Amino acid sequence: MTAIDTARLKHMFDAIAVAIEADKDRLCQLDGVIGDADHGIAMALGFGAVRDALEPLDLAAIEPTALLNTAAKSFLNAVGASSGPLYATALMRGAAAIKGKAALADADVIALFQAMTQGIKDRGKAEIGEKTMIDAWQPAAQAAATAHAAGKSLAESLDAAFAAAERGAEATKDMIAAKGRSSRLGERSLGHIDPGAASAVTVIGAMKSSLG
Amino acid sequence: MQTKKIINDGNRSVDEMLEGILAAHPRHLRSVDGSPRSIVARDGPRPGKVGLVIGGGSGHEPTFLGFVGKGLADAAAIGNVFASPPPDPILECAKAVSGGAGVLFMYGNYAGDVMNFDMAAEMAAMDDIEVRTVLTTDDVASAPRDQRDKRRGVAGNFFIFKAAGAACDRMLSFDECERIARKANGHTFTMGVALSPCSLPQTRRPNFEIGADEMEIGMGIHGEPGIARGKLKTADEITDEMLDRILAEMAPSRGDKVAVLVNSLGSTPLMELYIMNRHVKQRLDDIGVAIHATWVGNYCTSLEMAGASVTLEHLDGELQTMLDHPCDCAMFRAG
Repeated sequence: MTAIDTARLKHMFDAIAVAIEADKDRLCQLDGVIGDADHGIAMALGFGAVRDALEPLDLAAIEPTALLNTAAKSFLNAVGASSGPLYATALMRGAAAIKGKAALADADVIALFQAMTQGIKDRGKAEIGEKTMIDAWQPAAQAAATAHAAGKSLAESLDAAFAAAERGAEATKDMIAAKGRSSRLGERSLGHIDPGAASAVTVIGAMKSSLG
Repeated sequence: MQTKKIINDGNRSVDEMLEGILAAHPRHLRSVDGSPRSIVARDGPRPGKVGLVIGGGSGHEPTFLGFVGKGLADAAAIGNVFASPPPDPILECAKAVSGGAGVLFMYGNYAGDVMNFDMAAEMAAMDDIEVRTVLTTDDVASAPRDQRDKRRGVAGNFFIFKAAGAACDRMLSFDECERIARKANGHTFTMGVALSPCSLPQTRRPNFEIGADEMEIGMGIHGEPGIARGKLKTADEITDEMLDRILAEMAPSRGDKVAVLVNSLGSTPLMELYIMNRHVKQRLDDIGVAIHATWVGNYCTSLEMAGASVTLEHLDGELQTMLDHPCDCAMFRAG
């Protein structure tokens, strides 16, 4: 297995931008049901800004950490909203977790995944079961770590992460929102997938395809 | 089908609006060099004065930037439509208005705004600017009374920012400005009703569905579902439903004074607002509550949403003084 270098990570961000752009309308519609209908716009804006910010970088000259920090800053400043601080914190924590590495081994990618998830949890102060993106990110990070610890390849570990994210997002249908705007809905949020969890699946799916 | 809007490019709408606002109000407003989403008062910020930075998503005009000016807010950080600004423009606002006496951040209580403003406050602390935050939580419909800190900030921002801005302009201490801001928030109650949706410039699709003969009581200013949906009622019945909830919490005594704001969510015309205001006056007369001042019009909108909100501020001597303190903003003047 070749290690993942800065150029591979940049391709990952390109893949996320494409996947989110394709998913934009569905995410806005999901958000329209229980929020303010702009989640797809914010995510597309954010990862579009990341793609544009990474494009001029000399990938041979910078380490993965610097790439992730640039991605974090550009996402945050393009978006604001809730997803801005959450994904920016995820990417900055991910950057810190792989500091000093010129390329990422399988274990580093798993650590990156864990740190991103912890960043989202810390910034949003959400726990599992509160109908947020954490309901996709946390099971995905756990599944990746468990598969890796059991000796699976990176591709298999990320497959497990993606499957867990999908199940986690689906499970938000049966949750009553406890965080964010939809928490004011109470039981009226039942029966609808959380848009933040849905977009997390799309992001994780693109990570899986480009890193696995 | 897409909604009709007078725009050029949905992704450029906020920046083009800001260009238009600066063109219209050069005497009141400027943007920070290199940070076009940070709008600062020409007159107001000065050494020794607590700085007041407000902000939030676009689409609620004249909230927030219309209330930037001498005697009210010193600066507003502007986000995308219905989305909190990121930390950088908030930080630039704080730097631009800091007079060495501290900076107050005030904005509606939404998860995204809290995260971005908190990040900006952490960054300001590294620049030796002390920041304190007062969230507005006036929307009675958005959480039960015992969970006031979970409520949203809506049109009542107008009264709450006004009180805080006056306290800052009177050169009161950081502690006093913060105390008065919190007190104004605790004394301000809003209820809204929505009749038809709005649409974002980027999607031009209605952001919720509602029957042709329906209304939704308590809907948020971003189209967040409210507390009850039913058949459209008369102006007096709607006003009664709102006031019943507001007055139950405010619990005014005979002889107390209030300030009134009857606000359009965007497309509901003045005629309908004044019909509502007529009944607000009747109801308050009935219980012997005096109206110190009334504002009727577009103060906190939700793009082209149809609907209205009623806000009462329960005044005491101090809050009345703050309300009467003169201010001169691009879109609002008093005193």
